[in-house]
Amino acid sequence: MSAITRDEVAHLARLSRLALGEDELDHLAAQLDQIISAVARVQEVTAEEIPPTSHALPLTNVYRADEVRPSLTPEQALAGAPAAEEQRFRVPRILDEEA
Amino acid sequence: MTTPTIVKYEEALTRYEPVLGIETHIELGTNSKMFCGCPTTFGAEPNTQVCPVCLGLPGSLPVTNHAAIEGIIKIGLAFNCEIVEWCRFARKNYFYPDMPKNYQISQYDEPLCVDGHLDIEVEGETYRVEIERVHMEEDTGKSLHVGGATGRIHGADFSLVDYNRAGIPLVEIVTKPITATGDKAPLVARAYATELRELVRSIGVSDVRMEEGSMRCDVNVSLMPRGASEWGTRTETKNVNSLRSVERAVRSEIERQAAVLDAGRRVIQETRHFHEDTGVTTSGRSKEEAQDYRYFPEPDLVPMAPSREWVEELRATLPELPAARRKRVQREWSLSDLELRDVVNAGALDLIEATIAAGADAASARKWWMNELSRRATEQGVELTALPITPDQVARIQAMVVAGELNDKLARKVFEGVLAGEGTPDEVVAARGLKVVSDDGALAAIIDQVIADNAAVADKVRGGKVAAAGALVGAVMKASRGQADAGRARELILEKLGAS
Ligand SMILES: [Zn+2]
Repeated sequence: MSAITRDEVAHLARLSRLALGEDELDHLAAQLDQIISAVARVQEVTAEEIPPTSHALPLTNVYRADEVRPSLTPEQALAGAPAAEEQRFRVPRILDEEA
Repeated sequence: MTTPTIVKYEEALTRYEPVLGIETHIELGTNSKMFCGCPTTFGAEPNTQVCPVCLGLPGSLPVTNHAAIEGIIKIGLAFNCEIVEWCRFARKNYFYPDMPKNYQISQYDEPLCVDGHLDIEVEGETYRVEIERVHMEEDTGKSLHVGGATGRIHGADFSLVDYNRAGIPLVEIVTKPITATGDKAPLVARAYATELRELVRSIGVSDVRMEEGSMRCDVNVSLMPRGASEWGTRTETKNVNSLRSVERAVRSEIERQAAVLDAGRRVIQETRHFHEDTGVTTSGRSKEEAQDYRYFPEPDLVPMAPSREWVEELRATLPELPAARRKRVQREWSLSDLELRDVVNAGALDLIEATIAAGADAASARKWWMNELSRRATEQGVELTALPITPDQVARIQAMVVAGELNDKLARKVFEGVLAGEGTPDEVVAARGLKVVSDDGALAAIIDQVIADNAAVADKVRGGKVAAAGALVGAVMKASRGQADAGRARELILEKLGAS
């Protein structure tokens, strides 16, 4: 049984706003299946006494003081934007999804 | 498919029982953002409060703002929550331009505060709203939609995004389902939002201004047939930006859903938008399933493990909370439930308390704010707090009344002068010549004239009908344009007529 279905890849592509063609879906579904299967082998060596790990370092409670630091200028902030207008980032509107 | 009609609210409630859930977002009033040092000033020029972290530029890393965590723990404690011993941030993935990172840092299955409650009062009855969780996240940017419908650029549809708000500390407070409210559901929702705002404001962690978006409510509503035990499908109404709208949104959703169910159709689980102008909700996007956000523990931030000592330190800093304060004030000022409610609804509690602190007695302080000043605020269409007079000034005017320098009528003229910007109470008294005349010489001249003009009444008093002296005192007050000391005038009249 495959680790990820073609439909699941199509769903993820939609969530990521990637326009994948039919042949690309076939191609990527097969590749992702291989990648996931390879990574899944890690599960074979997990043991009861090893808790799931989300962070590599045993640190907690790292905070910064509530102090203002200089921001970028709007020119700097917008320098890498593909399009800007009225000192704002100009992006294609995603219809039917009012935030 | 035809548009479902509305079932009248009262009728809908005869057949259906509403279940509510309310999610409230509160922007904390920290100096800097949640994970970077950008300032958080409201209304700044677009994209002037952004940096590589809050723009999600490659190589930048977030670091948690200590004051924000203090703020959320205080909120959690004020809502009677348990503060967990260990929790993590989670990455909520979604592709929308309001977050430049393509994810929002939030909390998922490990919220910082859990299992609280808030007691609210509706028409004299107490409801306990259970709090599911209070979690920490970051706010999103603001989009301005241009083109298409506005016709500004024909055929073009795009958005202009300002990321000043992206990354401002945001606390989300989520209730458990609120049941058994019956026809009080809209009022319960509003009372909850009102009390929540009071509570958060009292601990000083946010300015909770709904009109500026620093407090925002999402309202979940579902209906089930009366007597049923299984809840119906819920909708989530966003965009509810005033306390009144919270009430209206619940009411309008109940009316709409009842019509859908009456027609034998199913309520669709979706996000809806509330429109202030029409008071109705319209369909938004279908709610994405939770797993579509592909939450996972935020790898860029280490877990939080607030020590019990820290939590207790923060608990000790909490001020008297609104419910306790209302109870104390009611006792100290000897108010009925109704009088207390009027004071609270008028937003006069702080003002009256400050006036008392400045030396006035409770009854007078309440009288001036709730009668004279409330009337003037209503006339001008402003909030009581927006009147250009301070509690210190009100206390000063009352002190002059107590000292006999002003009577109530003159005091009202001093209020008028202060509100008109004529200066402090003392300046208004001096400029308008508003002193009570209790000086015997000045009064005697007025009294002689009044006795001469009212000989018949004066004779009655001489004959022993002391009660008739009231008419003479009234005439003295009139002749002095209200500035005479009525008590002293009465004494002098009786003395002159040999009736004392
Ligand atoms: Zn920043």
